[in-house]
Amino acid sequence: MARSALTGKPPLLEMHGIDKSYPGVRALDGVSLSVQHGEVVALLGENGAGKSTLIKMLGGAHQPDRGNIRVAGEEVNIDSPAAARLAGIGVIFQEFNLVPELAPWENIFLGRETGFGFVRRETERWRAAQLFQQTGVDVPMDVPCGQLSVAQQQIVEIVKALSQNARLIVMDEPSAALTTQEVACLFDIIRDLKRRNIGVIYISHRMDEIFQISDRVAVLRDGQLVGTAPTGELDRKRLIEMMVGRNIEEEFPETTRQLGPARLVVRGLKHAKFPVGLDFEVRRGEVLGVTGLIGAGRTELARLIFGADHLVGGSVTLDGTPLDIRSPRDAILAGICLLTEDRKQQGLIMGASICENFGLPNLSELSYGGFVRGRQERVACDSYAKRLNIKMSHSQQLVGNLSGGNQQKVVLAKWLQRNAEVVIFDEPTRGVDVGSKYEIYALINELAKQGKAIIMISSELPEILGMSDRILVMHEGRITGTIQDTAAATQEQIMEFAAQ
Amino acid sequence: MENRNASGSVVNQFLSDYGMLAVLLVLGALFATLTIKEQHPTGASAGRQVAQMIAQRQGENTQVLIVARDTREDRAFARAAAKELQALGIRVLAVVNGVPNDVRAAIEKITAGRQQIDAIVANDVTAKWSVYDRFPSVGSDKCVKPRPYIWPDFLKMSNLLGVANQTAIYAIIAIGMTMVIVSAGIDLSVGSLVALASVVSALCIRDWGGGADAGITMVVLGCAAGIAVCAAAGTFNGLMITVFGIPPFIVSLSMMMIASGLAFRLSDGRSISELPPSFLWLGGSQTLGVPNPVWLMLVLYSVAHIVMSRMVFGRYVYAIGGNKEAARLSGVPVKRMLMAVYTICGALAGLGGIVLSSQLAAGDPKFGLMYELEVIAAVVVGGASLMGGRGKVFGTLIGAFIIAVIKNGMNLTNVDPFNQRIVLGAVLLAAVLLDMLRRRR
Repeated sequence: MARSALTGKPPLLEMHGIDKSYPGVRALDGVSLSVQHGEVVALLGENGAGKSTLIKMLGGAHQPDRGNIRVAGEEVNIDSPAAARLAGIGVIFQEFNLVPELAPWENIFLGRETGFGFVRRETERWRAAQLFQQTGVDVPMDVPCGQLSVAQQQIVEIVKALSQNARLIVMDEPSAALTTQEVACLFDIIRDLKRRNIGVIYISHRMDEIFQISDRVAVLRDGQLVGTAPTGELDRKRLIEMMVGRNIEEEFPETTRQLGPARLVVRGLKHAKFPVGLDFEVRRGEVLGVTGLIGAGRTELARLIFGADHLVGGSVTLDGTPLDIRSPRDAILAGICLLTEDRKQQGLIMGASICENFGLPNLSELSYGGFVRGRQERVACDSYAKRLNIKMSHSQQLVGNLSGGNQQKVVLAKWLQRNAEVVIFDEPTRGVDVGSKYEIYALINELAKQGKAIIMISSELPEILGMSDRILVMHEGRITGTIQDTAAATQEQIMEFAAQ
Repeated sequence: MENRNASGSVVNQFLSDYGMLAVLLVLGALFATLTIKEQHPTGASAGRQVAQMIAQRQGENTQVLIVARDTREDRAFARAAAKELQALGIRVLAVVNGVPNDVRAAIEKITAGRQQIDAIVANDVTAKWSVYDRFPSVGSDKCVKPRPYIWPDFLKMSNLLGVANQTAIYAIIAIGMTMVIVSAGIDLSVGSLVALASVVSALCIRDWGGGADAGITMVVLGCAAGIAVCAAAGTFNGLMITVFGIPPFIVSLSMMMIASGLAFRLSDGRSISELPPSFLWLGGSQTLGVPNPVWLMLVLYSVAHIVMSRMVFGRYVYAIGGNKEAARLSGVPVKRMLMAVYTICGALAGLGGIVLSSQLAAGDPKFGLMYELEVIAAVVVGGASLMGGRGKVFGTLIGAFIIAVIKNGMNLTNVDPFNQRIVLGAVLLAAVLLDMLRRRR
């Protein structure tokens, strides 16, 4: 393990016996990990397994309690982001470190300007353009980064790392917000990095990608390294078992759906961004899958029904009753709820407790004469926590301290308590680990069984195919395809509608 | 195990919410030790004490002169001494409430009547007068004064109540400010609203209520008008913030100038003092020995604490401050709530203005200058975050008292007023720093 068999050189990165504890939690326990030059290592694990802690150490945000890190055989002490940069490590976090108002080239050289207080526009621009050319991707150079797509911003981050002479690039769920085509493009870039002898640590929850891109897989569970193996020696089932530590037979729970008459009927739904009004309906006990590329208008569709965006025109009826929804409050009272894709910005209040977050949409039922019924709220919250298997020490704990999967379960709990008739899920399993995914799918099935009307928006095609009774595919604000027979549908069929 | 975790977190929660209480107590202890001094009892209880001393020392058939100044406390002292002495069967020749000359006249009269003075009841001030030594038959050694004792100036009841009374106005306004800051906003207009409320209510009472002869109904209506105007100003702030999305800082900065200008305009820049005694009751009187503003403060804080910690209203305010978009998407009526918060803040600033006018017996457009900063400082020292979502009502009360205690303590220890400002600035910074460090750990 110490030396690469082929070259005799010491490995690019060697982490040895890394321990890290936070108050009350052992985040990492004797983890050792190595990456060779030009190797792509996929780092896997459920939420809370310690992946984030490990890469934060590489980025200089946290220091290990014990253990050492070597880069190309030399021991390094990464105690700041600057030290990480110096060691040749570039970390691309899920939340990008880009200033939205600045152009790509300005972002790339931010903090490293060389002009003695003046910005050397032409030099920097030219150097950035060269770097972009090397990666073979076209990114507009003079548009503020905030206006670029997620994929383009990610490329800017990668180029930024390359401009700092990074030898190892760590990517934390780079594909989470990308479309299938964009992911393919990202993989081309990664293969190019490999050719340039740059090592990559790739974190993702998507199995397909791991088999496509990685040379070796390392699995973390509860802060310990469960094992590493060449990707070729593993299959999907074995990988999932390593992650969750138990057998999972199926990715999607088995169910049969009883479809009833149409419950939610949408006619001529119009958003400022949509070229035409949208018509569709959701039946009793049905899961309607909505998919498409990013920017296709899926999220806007959900926000319109929920009253979160301004409705330009159209009508929504629930069980034959026309609804007049002007705010999310109206929608909630009418029996519609929306589980947003972005937990941090829209779903939860990170600085509030689990219980308070749980109670927020339910206070009309959990209060009397303006007073919150604290006890009743706590009991209800605890019972959902048990039912959804939320890992927490107590319900007064801050939501911000939970892992991504558990946060998503808190979102689920607060809306389940509402017992709404129409439930809209926007990317219900984004950033959620395999074990929790299964539980969320089981829950969606249960809601369908209860006769609710469910809309599930997702970019993950296997999920859309595995869960939906009917699929709407959107492209640039239009519904470009409806797939009735989901059992026979394929990913290619969906992509055809989505890319048009 | 579960249980211990939970109770441990309750203790931690309490410490993080009210850790500033410890700071307040330490400050109190510091100023208590710095201001330890020999104290002389005053008032009725001191009078009774001296009477007892004379009775023990001299027995019956003693003739006594009582000497005190012409102040409220001294009169109470003299009255109590005379009453007690008579009850003990001792003859009081005369009671003097005045200056040394009055004493000389009294002694001359007594000696002219061939009466003998066996003892003089005096307090620590009148015992030092030299007038007694002019009469060979009297002499200052016949003075009996109350026994002194050791006690810090800071902890004297009168001082503590004084501190509470002065803090009450800031603290009342700070309730509204706490709600605003918890909702991730700011209100810079409260200082000007204090002036506006004082002017509007004084004007109403003077011009429509009959000035100094105004009846109680007109006084109440005048005060209500002052508060209503400020509440309306708060509603206007809320409207601008929610409907047009103007940042609270800008909206309330504008309102600060507008309200101040209005106050000067309405009063022509002059103080209005034609006010009836009933108007002065709220700020100037006591109930059960405690100043009325302090009672008002305590009641308002209790109500606000319940509203913010137990009621749906408070939950919504914290939720909006924690994450406005998430709160909206959870069905919180964000706009309505923010309007309510700014309205309450305005109304409480108005109430603060009424209390201040009542204390100072005037309506004046110059009242409330820089109050907004003092109030924001109290809220921040009390542990609220300017980023919103965090802060406790009683934390603010503690914050207001920390600032008041430091000011009072520095006055008692004769710190130069210029240095006082420097210290206060440093304290504000230190409080926030301490809070940050504690949270980071």
